[in-house]
Amino acid sequence: MADALLETKSLFKRFGGLVATDNLTIAIRPGEIHALIGPNGAGKSTAVAQLSGQLAPTAGHILFEGRDITRMRMPTRARLGIARSFQITSVLKDFTTLDNVALSVQAHQGHSFRFWKNARKDPTLRDPASLLLNELGLGPRADVITAELSHGEQRQLEIAMALAGDPRVLLLDEPMAGMGPEESTQMVTFLKNLKGSRAMLLVEHDMDAVFALADRITVLVYGRAIATGTPEEIRANAEVRDAYLGADDMVA
Amino acid sequence: MSLDIRSWGVREIFNFLLITILALVPVYSWMSGNTFIITLVTRALVYAIAAMSLNLIMGYGGLVSFGHAMFLGIGGYAAGIMAFHGNTNGLLQFPLAFFVAGLFAMIIGALSLRTRGVYFIMITLAFAQMVYFAGVGLEAYGADDGMTLSRRSRLGPIDLADRNQLYLFCLAVLLFTVWMMGRIVNSRFGMVLRGAKSNETRMLALGFPVFRYRLAAFTMAGAWCGIAGALMANQAAFVSPAMMHWVQSGDLIVIVVMGGINSLFGPVYGALAFIIVEHQLSVWLKDTWQLVFGPMIVLLALFARNGLDDLFKLMGGRKDGRDG
Ligand SMILES: Nc1ncnc2c1ncn2[C@@H]1O[C@H](COP(=O)(O)OP(=O)(O)O)[C@@H](O)[C@H]1O
Ligand SMILES: [Mg+2]
Repeated sequence: MADALLETKSLFKRFGGLVATDNLTIAIRPGEIHALIGPNGAGKSTAVAQLSGQLAPTAGHILFEGRDITRMRMPTRARLGIARSFQITSVLKDFTTLDNVALSVQAHQGHSFRFWKNARKDPTLRDPASLLLNELGLGPRADVITAELSHGEQRQLEIAMALAGDPRVLLLDEPMAGMGPEESTQMVTFLKNLKGSRAMLLVEHDMDAVFALADRITVLVYGRAIATGTPEEIRANAEVRDAYLGADDMVA
Repeated sequence: MSLDIRSWGVREIFNFLLITILALVPVYSWMSGNTFIITLVTRALVYAIAAMSLNLIMGYGGLVSFGHAMFLGIGGYAAGIMAFHGNTNGLLQFPLAFFVAGLFAMIIGALSLRTRGVYFIMITLAFAQMVYFAGVGLEAYGADDGMTLSRRSRLGPIDLADRNQLYLFCLAVLLFTVWMMGRIVNSRFGMVLRGAKSNETRMLALGFPVFRYRLAAFTMAGAWCGIAGALMANQAAFVSPAMMHWVQSGDLIVIVVMGGINSLFGPVYGALAFIIVEHQLSVWLKDTWQLVFGPMIVLLALFARNGLDDLFKLMGGRKDGRDG
């Protein structure tokens, strides 16, 4: 128990008759990259939504450092250190790249009932944000309105925003979705460098990326976890191969 | 507006001209003997202050309240009722208007801000109608006829019964409002408010409890509109439920949209244009002016969605549309 940072216990989520999360028990350990894979509609995003507090589970529990956070709301969880990115890019489109990251920094500096000082000229917000953008290679795009960023750049910004609050655990929902091969490789390298410094739940379709990054993998099918193990164990698992990896488009 | 003249664009030059012209209105009025213009522009200034308070939640927060005029009424009645009971000390009337309107805004905001979009528009309208009918029910204070203020406010050495002093006081409040709003929308609080307009889910995921910030903004906007209401009571020396009629709320929205959402000075242009056009049309067309004014507003909403902002951009103003 104690070795899990973020975990679910017998989690269920029903949408009417559809069971999108079916008795899911999964643990993300400190420092590990835990990949969550499965075919489209398996319930990966739904699981991320419940972990982040965006969706309330129908039944079951979510624990963070052993503490029950099932009913805790999304902003509170974020401030505790559970950060996420979205499968469908979700950034503040009318703001600059730097504004986006600076707001994420701001979210972790106590309340924002501060009405007087200009936030755009506040070095305690701008400096860490700039630093992070430079690390991600987005530095030159800092002052561009994010609506004008390329898709790949917006995906990188998603990660930057999730990282800006120095989270304990990162929930990444298909961070490479829609990226070109070059950008994907760059992202894999970046995530590899992050590895060990913080725990990650990585939802990803790109099996090369998953097997390159993950310490452990959980395979989800119809909301159910059919296997959890190291990449080698998952590769060797007959049930997984039948249910999922067997499909041509998924084989690495 | 930066004080460094070299950095000014078209927008800043216009703003500077506008302030200069507004400051010269009493001089012109005195030299020409035209006292009507000062009354007309005072009215526009009061509308501008009210519209700026609405702009905080609507322009920067994305919350289209269709009941904002209720705070004009509440502020107006707060001042008016005190005057009715013989207290015309503005140093008490204005804070009372501020706090009572703010209190109403806090309660109504707490209930309304749980809804979104059209539902928010409808529920704010419904609350405004409730307050409107409460005003109609104030038998002691003139019911639906309203009541005349026997005496306008005094604030220390300032006597609002004097036309010029009232004008300059309204202008001072307006300039203070522009400055204050400029600070607020660019502060951390303002960034949260604007971020939530842009992408609420993202702001929640970043760790901002959006509801709280919106409620604070709604309360501040209501309280500040209460000040505008107390000014309006002084301007007309009269308060009535008509101050918070839904048409009045609609007018405030039109003023904000005309001036260009997301711009600090926008509501000032919007209010001046609104009041002047309204007045001229009623002079030229007598009873039928509304038949022309209504369609004009609709056309404006359809074709110039960013109001005067679009005009400034056409004229080479800054492109960012951020603050200014
Ligand atoms: N808000 C919702 N309402 C109804 N059904 C939903 C909702 N969100 C997801 N689903 C359904 O739940 C299932 C799992 O979806 P999702 O978690 O997005 O899958 P994945 O991310 O693994 O592709 C799908 O069948 C999807 O249609
Ligand atoms: Mg998904």
